[in-house]
Amino acid sequence: MTKLLYAKKPEAKNKMPPKDNKAKKEIIWTKKDLIGLEYLSIEEIRLILDHAKSFKEVLARPLRKVPTLRGKTVVNLFYEPSTRTRTSFELAAKRLSADVINIVKESSSIQKGETLIDTGRNLEALKIDVIVVRHNASGAATTLSRALNISVVNAGDGWHEHPTQALLDIFTLEEKLGKIKGLNISIIGDIAHSRVARSNIWGLTKLGANVTVCAPKELVPPGIKELGVKVTSDIDEALKDADAINVLRMQFERDKPDAFPSKLEYFRTFGITEERLKKAKKNIVVMHPGPINRGVEMSGEVADGINSVILEQVTNGIAIRMAVLYLVTHAKKG
Amino acid sequence: MIIKNGYVIDPANKKEGLFDILIKGYKISKVAKGISAKEETIDAKGKIVVPGLIDMHVHLREPGREDIETVKSGTRAAVSGGMTSVCTMPNTYPPIDDAKVVNNLKGVIKKDASSNVFIIGAITKGRDGKNVVDIKKLRESGVIALSDDGNGIQDKNAISAALKKAKENNMLLISHCEDISISRNGVVNEGIVATKLGLRGIPKSSEYSMVKRDIELARKNKTKIHIAHVSCKESVDIIRKAKKSGVSVTAETAPHYFSLTDSCCETYDTRTKMNPPLRSAEDVDAIKAGIKDGTIDVIASDHAPHGKHEKEIEFEFAAFGIIGLETSLALSITGLVDTKYISLKRLVELMSVNPAKILGLKSKGSLSEGSDADITIIDPKKEWTFTKDLINSKSKNSPFIDWQLKGKATDVIVGGKLLLQNEKLVEHG
Repeated sequence: MTKLLYAKKPEAKNKMPPKDNKAKKEIIWTKKDLIGLEYLSIEEIRLILDHAKSFKEVLARPLRKVPTLRGKTVVNLFYEPSTRTRTSFELAAKRLSADVINIVKESSSIQKGETLIDTGRNLEALKIDVIVVRHNASGAATTLSRALNISVVNAGDGWHEHPTQALLDIFTLEEKLGKIKGLNISIIGDIAHSRVARSNIWGLTKLGANVTVCAPKELVPPGIKELGVKVTSDIDEALKDADAINVLRMQFERDKPDAFPSKLEYFRTFGITEERLKKAKKNIVVMHPGPINRGVEMSGEVADGINSVILEQVTNGIAIRMAVLYLVTHAKKG
Repeated sequence: MIIKNGYVIDPANKKEGLFDILIKGYKISKVAKGISAKEETIDAKGKIVVPGLIDMHVHLREPGREDIETVKSGTRAAVSGGMTSVCTMPNTYPPIDDAKVVNNLKGVIKKDASSNVFIIGAITKGRDGKNVVDIKKLRESGVIALSDDGNGIQDKNAISAALKKAKENNMLLISHCEDISISRNGVVNEGIVATKLGLRGIPKSSEYSMVKRDIELARKNKTKIHIAHVSCKESVDIIRKAKKSGVSVTAETAPHYFSLTDSCCETYDTRTKMNPPLRSAEDVDAIKAGIKDGTIDVIASDHAPHGKHEKEIEFEFAAFGIIGLETSLALSITGLVDTKYISLKRLVELMSVNPAKILGLKSKGSLSEGSDADITIIDPKKEWTFTKDLINSKSKNSPFIDWQLKGKATDVIVGGKLLLQNEKLVEHG
């Protein structure tokens, strides 16, 4: 066949950084969008993390604001309810001095049947610079980014990716443990329906972590091993040797197979409790993307315990999103 | 009219070689070497001359969705793709489930169609999957086969009853095999690609479990059945076995199932979304093997036009299906013949001889003297690029746009009338 793969995948260069530091080229950001960690190179992930570090310093100042995006406008276009992510993006944009507009599904033309692309084109016509989109359909951010010339940042699309969440998870892990490479990290929960899981798997494996996913069998998506992760349905195995765990929210409001366990049953089989943590490494880092179902995926004691970095994740999220908004609006032609 | 100097491939008559073909009226009058007559002459030197191609799985969308395709636009697309006959599917608005709708459609066909159009009626009333239509009446009104294509019939009693009635009326049933309790709301093939994309997968078992069920029913009722759009390895295996054991099952596949894999969906390009979905490389190999060894009898396009508003949206919400009339022949030559996987003769069987046989079209599918003068002339070496501008269909939802292809119909004769000449549609006032 002349062209078996007719549609090129977005570039995902996975080259190792050059060994000779002198020969190391300056990494420049060339993408107008951030859709997912699958499509980023190690260097691009590093670039975001490095920028986030600088922006975190800004957040520690008494006056938490820089003029970097003055005159730019960011729209939060949210088709799904969200408090944390939307607030975090809004704050990030405001800390960079951008103007911010929030559009939620319930009070917009979306309710009147306007398509995603039409909404995006109208925002583009309104001279917006960045659309931060949260959508219940996997691929929505990709669809939007392809239709528009302005920047699109994926704030979560269906079960596909939630790149800024994974970036803030990685940033927090690195702050706590000093590195990612060689760490044993377990992602626990509803892997099948989790965009956080997918983005974390891409990011962590690219940076050299050993990733294990742990879920009830019916919530392990087919072929996930091909992404270079270990799969288990035994929570103790997932905890053993883990340097960190990322505990996913059980999304009882979402689609579920008939054989889905009850909340209590899930907690008894997979819930993270102090008893279970006793068998793990002493300094194990416990993460959760929020919102937490206390008593379902983890006990309140663990959520508030000394191993938990859940609130630090939230703080770091602002720095990551500042970095992303900065980079996509300053993309250089590659 | 006389076609001269062409290399004739006529598998039904086991004939292959340089012959001239004389056409009188709408029939083939003579096939021989060196015919000389004072007639309008088509020089087919360097080309192959074959019985007119028949695409037995097409959605012309009339009545009801004339915004995306009509009998007129669809049959122009057909002719431009080398087809002299198409079968149009009944998932229309209203569905083709009674004689009145059939008669109205026949009127449109008579007025607007370029190629021959044969009408497939619905198996169940309103395509409800439960209440079988009056097959006798539909047969009398002139439908050629029955199918609830677009939906699989879930109710075993309904399909069983339909098979019995169809047998009494000597009517062919075409089965869209899909167990919706397995495919649920899936949108792409189940597997690593679906997992990466975060899209709900359609397991192959949703197809092959129904292939199995329908074959067993055909065996039990000693009746024939035709399996539409086979996409996966297991279905091919089941059909192969059933044929060996004597069940009169026939099967078709579409060019996309041997040209693309589900990895093409990785960009969320809705032009790669169809039902059944694109499968894995292993399935592509099995489909090709089935084509080669005769398990799969027919290549049909499953031409499924959709409007921009149905495709330029989120992948999950986009309509299933792609257009195919204008790429079916070229994709088959490019993917199967040019790679020396099958011969041109086998291709002619798949695209003309077998569909004619399966549909019971006695005067089509061969170049016998006295047969209908439906003839396709093909330049198998022609290299061309399938661009959006070339599309005659009203819809443009093809994943093959900008593909470089090999092989093209250059001239098409339908009922003795030259409708495509040097790759251009001939306008007949």
